[in-house]
Amino acid sequence: MPNKRMKLGVDGETLVATYLTNQGAQVLAKNWRIKEGEIDIVARQDGLIIFVEVKSRSSEKFGHPLEAIGPDKAFRLQRLALAWIALHGAWGADYRIDCAAVSFRNGLQPSIDYRIGVL
Amino acid sequence: MTVSKVQGIALMGMRAEIVEVEVDISDGLPGYSLLGLPDAALMESKERVRSALINSGASWPNKRVTVSLSPAWLHKSGSGFDLPIATALLVAQGLLLQERLNACVVLGELALDGAIKSVRGVLPAVLGALESGLNCALVPMSNVWEVEGISGIGIIGVSHLREVIEYFAEGVLPIPPRASSQQEVVDESKNYSDVVGQAGGRLALEMAAIGGHHALLIGPPGTGKTMLAERMPTIMPPLTQSEAISVAAVHSIAGSTLNRNGNNRTPPFIAPHHTTTTTAMVGGGSHYIKPGACSLAHGGVLFIDEAPECSSGVLDSLRQPLESQTVSISRAIGTVDFPADFLLILAANPCPCGRYTGKGRACTCSSVQLRRYLQRLSGPLMDRIDIRALIEVPSRTELASQVPGESSEVIRARVVAARKVAAERFEGLGWQQNSRIPPNQLRGRFAATQKGMAFLHAELDREQLSARGYHKVLRLAWTFADRNGSGAPSLEDVQSAYAMRNGALAQ
Repeated sequence: MPNKRMKLGVDGETLVATYLTNQGAQVLAKNWRIKEGEIDIVARQDGLIIFVEVKSRSSEKFGHPLEAIGPDKAFRLQRLALAWIALHGAWGADYRIDCAAVSFRNGLQPSIDYRIGVL
Repeated sequence: MTVSKVQGIALMGMRAEIVEVEVDISDGLPGYSLLGLPDAALMESKERVRSALINSGASWPNKRVTVSLSPAWLHKSGSGFDLPIATALLVAQGLLLQERLNACVVLGELALDGAIKSVRGVLPAVLGALESGLNCALVPMSNVWEVEGISGIGIIGVSHLREVIEYFAEGVLPIPPRASSQQEVVDESKNYSDVVGQAGGRLALEMAAIGGHHALLIGPPGTGKTMLAERMPTIMPPLTQSEAISVAAVHSIAGSTLNRNGNNRTPPFIAPHHTTTTTAMVGGGSHYIKPGACSLAHGGVLFIDEAPECSSGVLDSLRQPLESQTVSISRAIGTVDFPADFLLILAANPCPCGRYTGKGRACTCSSVQLRRYLQRLSGPLMDRIDIRALIEVPSRTELASQVPGESSEVIRARVVAARKVAAERFEGLGWQQNSRIPPNQLRGRFAATQKGMAFLHAELDREQLSARGYHKVLRLAWTFADRNGSGAPSLEDVQSAYAMRNGALAQ
């Protein structure tokens, strides 16, 4: 069961990375991890650094995937983003944090609900 | 359309303020913020609105939802904004057309399944919407009876959120609107024909009804003070339509259980218990200022049984409304005014044990107790009470009598006729009742006949009458004159008034 869930997550992140590449962005890192936590995707487009949090769900039984991002998670993402910038010597760079919800419904094409600059 | 606007109503006392409920749905993480000084009940609206929308077949936007209630500085309270918020959310999602809602006011609380529940203050809210030029009001079905008799604004009763969607999307009326009933209702369950004897008490209350004089009834327990007083509304002239609407509006704000609407022409009868608090008497509350008993009695009778048992602060809090006919209540969230034009009827036992009657042989009270008891009614309050009536135990012949007492209809006819005489006399003067004649006018234009005045001056010389009492007796004398059709008060009228003012103090 945990493997199944992890696979869902990885599949979702792969889909979003592909989506970003198709949008003309360059994916810099996936699953960048430090002690404080993890950023799912880091990408760059026209000098702008994009951090993406991906939420994958197989049903909406437990609410919309993006509702799972509460104030705590939002705060952590902000800190992680700044940490990434600091560790990569990119102080002062413009950045934004996006969220993407990927839903895998049985027998349907997976769909991406991509929201720009929501945090 | 991602920004929508629906009108709701916030009430500050009797004043209805149109509140624009704006909803903006924007990209972002799913979330909900409610702006515009909501109280706790209103903050909880999110969960009700969300469940109600989903359970009515509509959807909840998984986006960032901002709800703004403007004017932003006004404190809003209660659950009445659930329905406007839900409706505005439907418009913002493009499910309803904004144009259809522009001239509408929407009121109601939502249940989780989408049912619409009643809220307080629908009548003043609808009156406020009417004043602001809106021409349609969506109100909970269970509140529709309240606004019966109001014309000039279309009332649509709804009992489920689905009906609101159908109405605005397709113009389907939930139920064909009934022609608003204008049927006047007068309560006839009580009648003075039930009362045996009590000639003095009957006359005192009839005088109170004619001249608007406040009265104190003194008598032993079980003699019929309450019975006499609670029949007062049956002899008072029925309320006019505008009076009836303002009475019903006060009751609507209080969420009173008396279920009054603008068609109910019976003057209200409110009898708070003597342990009541000042707040319950004059009104109050921190978030939602509610009218008290004296405003619920607006247009009718405020009856306080066992008045000397009331804490003195409670009775004295009535002095200001007795003077100005309105109550002004100030709290942190603002100051509101409620009308409080009532007739005060106090009832008291003659002494703490209640048996000081006749020769007072059965009374067990000490002389000090006796003296102190009625003194608990403060001087300034008693100053405002024109009539003091002794209610005696009915005699055995009266109780054995098969003949019913004089009926309320007969007395009311006299009251209406006498009030008409007074109203014509006072036309254009700014007051309508004898109890409101200003003192200077009583000495000049509205003096009694020469013989009547001579009697009063003699009593003044004998130091049996104070200057204030002199004016009170004159006012009461005018009421006797109106009742007896004697023009200006004759000697007999003045003497009757003098007796009625001092009657109960004779002991």
